[in-house]
This record gives sequence, structure tokens and C-alpha cells, in this order.
Amino acid sequence: MTRLIRLTVNGRPHEVEVPTYRTLLDCLRYDLGLTGSKEGCGVGVCGACTVLLDGKMISSCIALAVFADGREITTVEGLAEDERLHPVQQAFVDFGGFQCGICTAGQIVAAKALLDAIPNPSDTDIREWMLGNLCRCTGYYKIIESIRAAAERSHT
Amino acid sequence: MNAFDYRMPRTLDEALAILREYGEEARVIAGGTALVTMMRQRLVRPSCLVSLRQVQGLDRIEATNGALRLGALVTHREAETSPLIRERLPVLSETFRRVATIRIRHMATIGGALAHADPNQDPPVTLMALGARVEIRGAGGQRELPLREFLRDYYETALEPAELVTGVTVPLLPAASGAVFIKFLPRTADDYATVAVAATITLEPDGERCREARIALGSVGVTPLRGRAAEGLLSGERLSENLLHAVGEAVKGEVDPLSDHRGSAAYKREMAAVMVGQALTQAWEAAQRSVRGAR
Repeated sequence: MTRLIRLTVNGRPHEVEVPTYRTLLDCLRYDLGLTGSKEGCGVGVCGACTVLLDGKMISSCIALAVFADGREITTVEGLAEDERLHPVQQAFVDFGGFQCGICTAGQIVAAKALLDAIPNPSDTDIREWMLGNLCRCTGYYKIIESIRAAAERSHT
Repeated sequence: MNAFDYRMPRTLDEALAILREYGEEARVIAGGTALVTMMRQRLVRPSCLVSLRQVQGLDRIEATNGALRLGALVTHREAETSPLIRERLPVLSETFRRVATIRIRHMATIGGALAHADPNQDPPVTLMALGARVEIRGAGGQRELPLREFLRDYYETALEPAELVTGVTVPLLPAASGAVFIKFLPRTADDYATVAVAATITLEPDGERCREARIALGSVGVTPLRGRAAEGLLSGERLSENLLHAVGEAVKGEVDPLSDHRGSAAYKREMAAVMVGQALTQAWEAAQRSVRGAR
């Protein structure tokens, strides 16, 4: 059983025919070729698949593609403008906010959502917001530094 | 995941008609955080999903006579951040804030969580302490059940196959009251609790003696449960170490935990007493602040 869905991904409209059981993550990766978002745990815990649905971060591995019908999705591919990295991406590069990279797309999308909601977050805000994005390499300090730097840069 | 039909009714009546058509084969889906996860793990294989996304009017948070009413499609995040809930029942905002992660709270709905009936969830614990009532719609019309009657067993509710949850009504607390929700999390902040406790205390006008106490516990039985015997020990009493000890012992006799990777049954029973003591102390202090504030 399939369904035709219309969704806007990173500002571009798409029409896709998907099996009803397609997850949003698989739709992004396999139907639309956007492989930035990753599957980690597959049960909504690790955050590697974090995308924004109408501006709100969700786990795309446990959202059905049909659930996103008529809505706007932002993935990590949609953050850089004209080859210029998004301030959060640039800060992760400058401050070593990633190592192996598997969690990075999710970290960056979540951090962007944080700065959209709280432009000037405290360290507690950062820790609370990001607690659902697991990283097995960095020990998190570099990620927190990166986000703090991205917030500070956007105010100067 | 298995193949399934996906239906998007526009009204509750249409949704109920589809549920009648498919019987036990259909599942209602709202945010899907619980259901899709269970389907991915092949724990459930429905042949039809009935999405409530296009049904209007189920996503409101309203103040009614002495209570708050939350529509079934209100998300956990909306409940957490609602100024109305924060003002009238801050314990409920705090409870929703402690659920999983923001990503999950953006998707998971209140009606979905109640119908899911996982005994480790947080909101049903606070809702039970507050005496919440679940609103149910079926072919025969509307009915309402106290939450403790709605939650029947492990992942089991009083819902018939062709019924769905449309909302929950939560009575406000009387004056001179304090309420808290706390959860014991030895692993990670987004985990289910090893033991969760919601407690309310309403004090006599003297601001010292307890008029009424309500204690609800999560993750220590097949459903959230009320600590009735423990509550009974509190009425008319002043807060003391001896009282909290006696209440803790009573709680141990009322819980019936399952051993799992969050703790053995024996450990959870001990921790239930500890957590109830902490919750009552905090609720008592909040109630005293409320009495002083009113003077």
C-alpha cells in the first residue's frame, strides 16, 4: 500500500509515492537522496536522525513519511547557504565538535533548533536541550563549546 | 514494518467508523512515537492505521470549572510549555518536562500516551495523583472514566476496539496545597524512571497539619498506582521523621514492582519508600509556602 505525499524539504517541494510503512528518515535518505541524517538506534533515542518538522526537532526514524505530508522538513543539507556553512556548522569545525561524525548531522540540526528557540542559551539550556543527542567520541564538552561559540558569534 | 492501510479521517465519527470496520486489526495513531517504535520491533502488526492528524478540535488546552481540560492531540511539549498549565498546575508542566527528550515531546500526544498504557510513563503518575478523568468516544457516545479505572493492566486499558481517547480533565488543587513529581533516574536523564512519585499535600488552615495527601507511583507495578494506605497515615498529622518512616513502610507494602534492567523488584520497593519520603517533604514545603503566600 502506497500513498502520494507532498512535502517541502529544505525549501524545495517534493512529491513522493511512498509505502505507508516508510519512515521519514528512509524517505529522506532513499527517496530523496539526502543521506546527511543518519540512522543510529532506530527507536528515537540517540538523535542521529534529528530533523526539523515545521521548525520543531523530531526523531525521523520513528516518524512515518505519511505523517510529514503537507509539511516542511529541514535537514542538515538545508543549513548552509551558497556553500557558506551555517554558523553552527562552522563552530563545530572550529571547536572540534565532532570526531567520527555519525551523530554530527543530528547534533547540528538540534543545535540550530536550540539557537532558534533560545538565541543566548546558558550552559544548562544547552545541556538540557542536547541531552537527547548521544555522542560516543567527544565527551560532549567540545559540542557544548561549539554551540556556545555559535551563539556568541551570532551576537557580534 | 508490515504493510498497512493508512487512513486520515477528518472527523471523529469517520475515525470511529473505520475502527469499527477493521476491529482489532486497526490502531489509532497520533504522534506515533510509541506505536511506530513497537511496529518497527514487530511487537504489533496492525493492518490499518487511523491517523487523527486531520481531526479538528482535539488539540486544545482549556480551563473549565475548577479543572483543566487537555485535548487528546495536545503534545507533551505543548503541555510542558502551556502558560495556562504552568500557572494553574505547575506540577503538570514539570512532569511533562521530564518525559524523554524534546524530540519525543514534540511528537508524543497526551491521548496517545494514555492509550499506550506503559506503566513506566511519567504523566499518568501525576495525572493519577491529581484525580484526572479520561474522556472516551465510541459508537455509543461519550463516557468518562477516572484514570485509575482506565488503566487496567500492563499496556492494557478500558478502551474497547472501536473507542478512542478524546481528552483528559484534571481537577485543580485546593488552596493551601503543594504538589511535586520526582523520578529516580540512575542511568540517563531521558530514561524511564526506576521509580517515579507524584505527591500532593493539602494543609489545614493552620499551615501545619495535613488535611489530605495523595500519592501516586510509577514503574512499580503493571499500572501506575495510588498509595492509599500510605495516604491514610498522613491525614491530620504534622510532618516528622517518624511519620515519613511509617509512610515509607506502608508504601513498600503497596507497590508490586517487576525486576528489569532499571532495578530489581526488591531495590525498586526500597527506593519507592525513599522517593515517597522526598516527594512528601517537597510537597509539604510547597503547601506551607502556599499558606504563607495567602496570608
